[in-house]
Amino acid sequence: MENVIESKNLKKTYGDFTAVDCISFSVFRGEIFGFLGPNGAGKTTTINMLTGMARISGGQIFYFGENMPIKKAQALIGVVPDESNLYEEMNGFENLCFCGALYGMAKKDREKRAGLLLDLLGLKEAAGKKYKAYSKGMKRKLTIAAALVHSPKILYLDEPTTGIDVASVRQIRNMIKFLNQEGTTIFLTTHYIEEAERLCDRIAFIVEGRIIRIGTVEELIEGTKETNSVEIFFDKRKNDSIVILQKLEAAFPSVQCLLENDNSVKISSPEKIDIAPFVGFLSSEGLWISEAKLLKPSLEEAFVKITGIEIEKMKKEKEKK
Amino acid sequence: MKKAIAFWNILLKDMRNYYLKPPNISWGIIFPFAWMLMLFIRTKTAFNIDEVFPGIVAMSVLFGTTSMLSVTITFERKARSFERLLLAPISTELLIFAKISGAILFGIINSTVPIIASVLLFKANVYNPVLLATGVIFLSVVSTLLGLFISVAAKEVFEAQTYSNFFRFPMIFLCGLFVPVSALPFFLRPLSYILPVTYGVDIIKEAIIGTSIFHPLLNIAVLTAFCLFLFNFSIFNIKRKWIK
Repeated sequence: MENVIESKNLKKTYGDFTAVDCISFSVFRGEIFGFLGPNGAGKTTTINMLTGMARISGGQIFYFGENMPIKKAQALIGVVPDESNLYEEMNGFENLCFCGALYGMAKKDREKRAGLLLDLLGLKEAAGKKYKAYSKGMKRKLTIAAALVHSPKILYLDEPTTGIDVASVRQIRNMIKFLNQEGTTIFLTTHYIEEAERLCDRIAFIVEGRIIRIGTVEELIEGTKETNSVEIFFDKRKNDSIVILQKLEAAFPSVQCLLENDNSVKISSPEKIDIAPFVGFLSSEGLWISEAKLLKPSLEEAFVKITGIEIEKMKKEKEKK
Repeated sequence: MKKAIAFWNILLKDMRNYYLKPPNISWGIIFPFAWMLMLFIRTKTAFNIDEVFPGIVAMSVLFGTTSMLSVTITFERKARSFERLLLAPISTELLIFAKISGAILFGIINSTVPIIASVLLFKANVYNPVLLATGVIFLSVVSTLLGLFISVAAKEVFEAQTYSNFFRFPMIFLCGLFVPVSALPFFLRPLSYILPVTYGVDIIKEAIIGTSIFHPLLNIAVLTAFCLFLFNFSIFNIKRKWIK
């Protein structure tokens, strides 16, 4: 796979403080690469270094295998910063046209592209409205459109869905998927773990300026999985749940059984679990099985195990910020 | 071609968004008349237009350019829209050149109001029109670059305004506009000679009343050196401070 972004020992220091500590990673062509970490982990600093908004203290950045000057690289990238940053006095259409002009696009081309993006992001009706009159969600969408106006090969999205309404979040997530399907490589930072899980092909966990682990969602989860679990839900008819549990333990001594509530049992084992014998046994006991599912640890659990950081605390910190 | 498109659009955006807004246009018109009125009230008699003409022209340029550029850049930095410009694939030099071009044009346009008013309404004489145009252009450029110098230091809009005034008001009294440099106390004269505005005002005085401290070519040379120094020093500071 071709590396479109490659960071080698990238470092950023502010005096004695090290914000990013020699991180190395590659982003492949056509993937959505996620950067997940708490406040102050170095996510935005990394984006700033990659996009030319911060000087690097050490290491190297390669775009498409080339250690090119940042001004050359900027023609290939689009950036959506953590805060919307367009011109208050200009309307949506003017803002997009102006951003296109910064990349040297001809008037006709930028006007056509601006119209297309406004339509795509559901902002056509608001095209003539001043940016300052936009809602937070609309501002975010227009900022994304501004980063896309010159059709970049790589799109950097820094916390694109933070603090906006649910409908806009959905639309932005769909937009990210659509852009990726169209071939844009996406570098996404987020503190929403479910967003990373849903969108990203690969994720890097970053804590205190260091990348702790990189992998696909499956790889990250698999690496932290200690036991295999299944949960079987049943309709309680005649037997007492405790009696069922005792029978189950007697019939399958190699697994650990636990009553989750009155109508479900969780079965855990270090070995792979075949659900069918358990379903068969419970049915023979006169229970009607309503659901049986393999319990997979979530990315959130994997994140907590790997980094030792509580997700709720991370979310609260972000909201406070 | 791509760079020319970017340059032109930054300039056009600044002119539309900031410089050609009604409050700024009206300020450009009212300001010189307010100064003339103030001089009239102070002297309680009709004043000699030739004596105040260079001062009014220089003040219109100086006040228009220094504060406007520093305020607009600080405002854009505060709103983070300036990041859009820094993320564009154009050099910092070209970006800043586009930003100062709007302020320079604003300064030149501002100067036309007192020039037209003085010549047409008050029948003031212009000894050398070409030299006047040269003086106005150089004064606009150097005042704008002073504004740029200020904007690099300021983080808030109010700071930009405060710093502008901190520079401008002493300059008015030290650059020979109202008090000739030769009439200043001995210890203040070196200060006058390190102010770029002194040389711009000297060109304008030569162009309007035919007297000056230095030869116009020497003034132009000194102003060119000041402009190059201020531009490069500001670029150096922008790269150092704004791209951390």
